Amino acid sequence: MALVFAGVCSHAPGITGRAGRADPQARDTFYAAMGRMRDAIEACRPDVLVVIAAEHFANFFMNNMPAICVGMAEHYEGPIEDEKWLGIERHRIPGNKSLSRVLIQEVMNDIDLAYAEEWKFDHGIMVPLHFLTPRYDLPVIPVNINCQGPPLIPLKRAYEFGRSLRRACDARPERIAVIGTGGISHWPATPDSGRINEAWDREFLDKLLHNRRDSLLAYRDEDVWREGGQGGFEIRTFIAVAGATEGCTGELWCYVPIPIFAVGCTVAVMQLR
Amino acid sequence: MSLYYTQKLLYQLNRDPATRRRFEQDFEGLLAEYELTREERDALRKPDIGLLYVMGVNGQILMHYAALRGYEWNAYLEAMREGERSYGPVKTGLYTRADSR
Repeated sequence: MALVFAGVCSHAPGITGRAGRADPQARDTFYAAMGRMRDAIEACRPDVLVVIAAEHFANFFMNNMPAICVGMAEHYEGPIEDEKWLGIERHRIPGNKSLSRVLIQEVMNDIDLAYAEEWKFDHGIMVPLHFLTPRYDLPVIPVNINCQGPPLIPLKRAYEFGRSLRRACDARPERIAVIGTGGISHWPATPDSGRINEAWDREFLDKLLHNRRDSLLAYRDEDVWREGGQGGFEIRTFIAVAGATEGCTGELWCYVPIPIFAVGCTVAVMQLR
Repeated sequence: MSLYYTQKLLYQLNRDPATRRRFEQDFEGLLAEYELTREERDALRKPDIGLLYVMGVNGQILMHYAALRGYEWNAYLEAMREGERSYGPVKTGLYTRADSR
């Protein structure tokens, strides 16, 4: 049945961990958009949710850093962080090992992948799941694109990964939902935490939601770093979703800068065709 | 400077319960297992969050160590700012300011 849903959302740990410190109206606007995304995913009746994330040294470190890694486990666990710090209780999250294996094998025709049979989810996956699958009953296949420790894969490879994933999904009978999660501009966990470049974010989102491949792939890391901070490298996760939805446009459901969450809180959904 | 091992120690401390127990019960023994300079060991012991930041420790690793050592969010941010005031701009890694690169 193939890909039945594709979207992107933010994942910053402050979204749950510092919820009480945000402007309530802005926070609730974003939470409502995440709720709308949950409803949209549920309406598609997916068998599995692929989460293309950018983890933050929870499982992968510079001793052996995969450019892209896909989970291939029966189940996962998260959050790896302190539960109180993140504001999310620890859960076991079901996986789908056999589907992981098939997708990995298929994508490997186009892109070299690492795989992992153990994976502790950090906020990069747990914050989206907290809103999108709050009962933690939908099987998840995690994907990590290294966006933290350069050298990072070129944007065109993130896009190609998305395209390849789409082809692999479309060859399957399962109903597969995919989300990309990351920041656009942000300077997380630094003295500049809370800085948000809204104009740059909106320009990126415009390119993403019109799926302008060449414009998306024209970003250079040094410009991203200057305009969007080191957190901006996470645009790779959104660009992978652009690749998975090549030729499709999308709708912005929410963009609200919330400095205490350290990111412009984003929800956008692609219209698959 | 052995920034790699400073970060590796903190990475393992953040993710591995056994390393967390070593930290609680035998911090000196844990430190001795990593190739660290005296400055790095001192910064980890104290802890001097600002100095660790200026050394180039990634905030995604450092923020959890700061929380473990009792820094609430604003105190963590302020410790990094104080580090920049005391020790100058970040020396290496992702956070080197454009004007000091």
